[in-house]
Amino acid sequence: MSLDTTVETAEPVLHPKMQGDKVSVFYSGKQALFDVSLRIGANQVTSLIGPSGCGKSTFLRSLNRMNDTIDGCRVAGKITLDDEDIYDPDIDVVELRARVGMVFQKPNPFPKSIYENVAYGPRIHGIARGRAELDEIVHSSLRRAGLWNEVKDRLAEPGTGLSGGQQQRLCIARAIATRPEVLLMDEPCSALDPIATAVIEELIDELRENFTIVIVTHSMQQAARVSQKTAFFHLGKLIEEGRTEDIFTNPRNKQTQDYITGRIG
Amino acid sequence: MTDTVLAAPVAATPKGPRKRDFGLKRRHAAERRFRLFGLAAIAIGLGFLALLLGSVVLKGYTAFVQTSVTFPIAFDPAIIDKDNKRASDPKVLVAANYPVVARNGLAAVLGVDVKDKKAMKELGNFLSDSSRVPLRDFVTANPAVIGQTRDFTLLLSADLDSASKGQIDLGVPEAKRKVSDRQLAWLKTLRDKGMISTPFNWGLLTFGASSRPEAAGLGVALIGSFIMMVVVLVCALPLGVAASIYLEEFARKTRFTDFIEVNINNLAAVPSIVYGLLGLSVFINVLGLPRSAPIVGGLVLSLMTLPTIIIATRAALRSVPPSIRAAALGIGASRMQMVFDHVLPLATPGILTGTIIGLARALGETAPLLLIGMVAFVSDYPTNPFEPATAMPVQIYMWANEAERAFVERSSGAIIVLMIMLLLMNLVAIVLRRRFERRW
Repeated sequence: MSLDTTVETAEPVLHPKMQGDKVSVFYSGKQALFDVSLRIGANQVTSLIGPSGCGKSTFLRSLNRMNDTIDGCRVAGKITLDDEDIYDPDIDVVELRARVGMVFQKPNPFPKSIYENVAYGPRIHGIARGRAELDEIVHSSLRRAGLWNEVKDRLAEPGTGLSGGQQQRLCIARAIATRPEVLLMDEPCSALDPIATAVIEELIDELRENFTIVIVTHSMQQAARVSQKTAFFHLGKLIEEGRTEDIFTNPRNKQTQDYITGRIG
Repeated sequence: MTDTVLAAPVAATPKGPRKRDFGLKRRHAAERRFRLFGLAAIAIGLGFLALLLGSVVLKGYTAFVQTSVTFPIAFDPAIIDKDNKRASDPKVLVAANYPVVARNGLAAVLGVDVKDKKAMKELGNFLSDSSRVPLRDFVTANPAVIGQTRDFTLLLSADLDSASKGQIDLGVPEAKRKVSDRQLAWLKTLRDKGMISTPFNWGLLTFGASSRPEAAGLGVALIGSFIMMVVVLVCALPLGVAASIYLEEFARKTRFTDFIEVNINNLAAVPSIVYGLLGLSVFINVLGLPRSAPIVGGLVLSLMTLPTIIIATRAALRSVPPSIRAAALGIGASRMQMVFDHVLPLATPGILTGTIIGLARALGETAPLLLIGMVAFVSDYPTNPFEPATAMPVQIYMWANEAERAFVERSSGAIIVLMIMLLLMNLVAIVLRRRFERRW
């Protein structure tokens, strides 16, 4: 059974920013992801959907090699960023993660000040020359994350003192402060209330101008709202990928249809 | 309306819903019983603690004051410098018979005939033998005082000190006790004249070892213990923290690291005397370090404390939420930046607490020190870690072996000092934890 026949592909992406080619992931020998090939277009929002345990987060985490931090995890296949193999031994994972930023499911600001949270990345990567430039990066990142007006008077207060939605936007500000090219978001709204979710979704749409975004989400409505491209995962396999409106209005695969109509998952 | 609706079902089942048995009575009884057991256990524990502290404090609090007598002493040139050679030979002043000078001064106050040899001997025993030292130091520093009379404060001998504190059983016949009736009468006379005072006994904290209780103190032991704590802190803390960070944050979980982990846990349970043997054979016999030296004691205690610190540090590191690590790695921090910028600061309170508890355990450790020869009679302060010293618990052990009443009091006093130090260390641990604790 060849891969190309099982995955239904519509409309090829012309300029893939990242590309997975037959990516398989094993946790302590147990395979969690089976030969996933997916192209992620530049300045697009790609959403990964599927029921729990389907491997969508695993795929996301292999895009910036966060899986490396898990003992016993092995990745097979090839993933490229701008046609460069990110699992190549010559690739420094620190540099990769500076280029491919990540926002996690649960807001996880550092227990430091709001300013320090955002400034940490630019500081360790030596992005800013001098205090003024660092200030500028922090301010603009907070502004782009839509948090500036709420925190501008209390940058020295701990980031952990913010509300859940604010914390998540702080984490987004922190991620974009290192000027990544790709932003990975692992269910960024699952711990948030609907209002905070709406704010973040709006933000994702704005960030698309400057970043390539991959978002894992449990909410099909969210995928439909924010993404241009959707990939449906099931039991560790990529079942179907394509333009978001096609996936939601006219799925080619029976399993996809069952999932989006709520029959599985 | 409501009434009719309610009335209908009641009429249909006149007995109402059958009462279900939830076993509430039994469950509440079990809970009460359990609570009672808990309270009893705590009460018993507190009772024993109170008993222990009470007995130590009751026996030991008198060690913190020492009976002294202040009286005029005539620095008689005929006794101090019979041949008038002090200008040419400074040794004369050092070797002079100061106890006789002091005794004669006291005899003058009490009206005792200097020629009454028996009385003079008892009077000699009245004052501490250690009186020689302050008098000698005073006269050698101020030779001009010879021929004059000065008020001087000297310690009473240990037996008279005990008598003054009411610790000697006067029901025992005079011949069988160390204090004669005449000495007791003198004591009373001096007290009536207002010459007896009981100042705070700094000597307990500053004197070195002595076979005379009134001149024995914890000075050397305090310095020895302090040097050992510094050695432990310098050796065990960096080593332990580095080992834990490596094991917890860098090493992949393999059979080898599991093996190391099991061994560290086992090491923490090894009896401390075994570490003493190890220190004896490795540090003293193989490396040739001096016996009785606090450097060896510190190294042995470092080995003993290391597993405690490693276990505490690993627990502290493990309690840092993984999301913090993911956050740091996610924006491209290297593993080391992740550890030192984020994980370690959050683990610091736990590490400090564990270290201080380990140090406190080491401070109270006796057995390994006995084996490396720190149970020694050291009367001079050690000036560096290689010179002989004792340690506080060892000093307590040595004093507890002495027969004299005054040493019983001193060992209890030393226990109080040790416990105050342990309390202070625990207090520091609590303060540091509060100070560094952060919520996330």
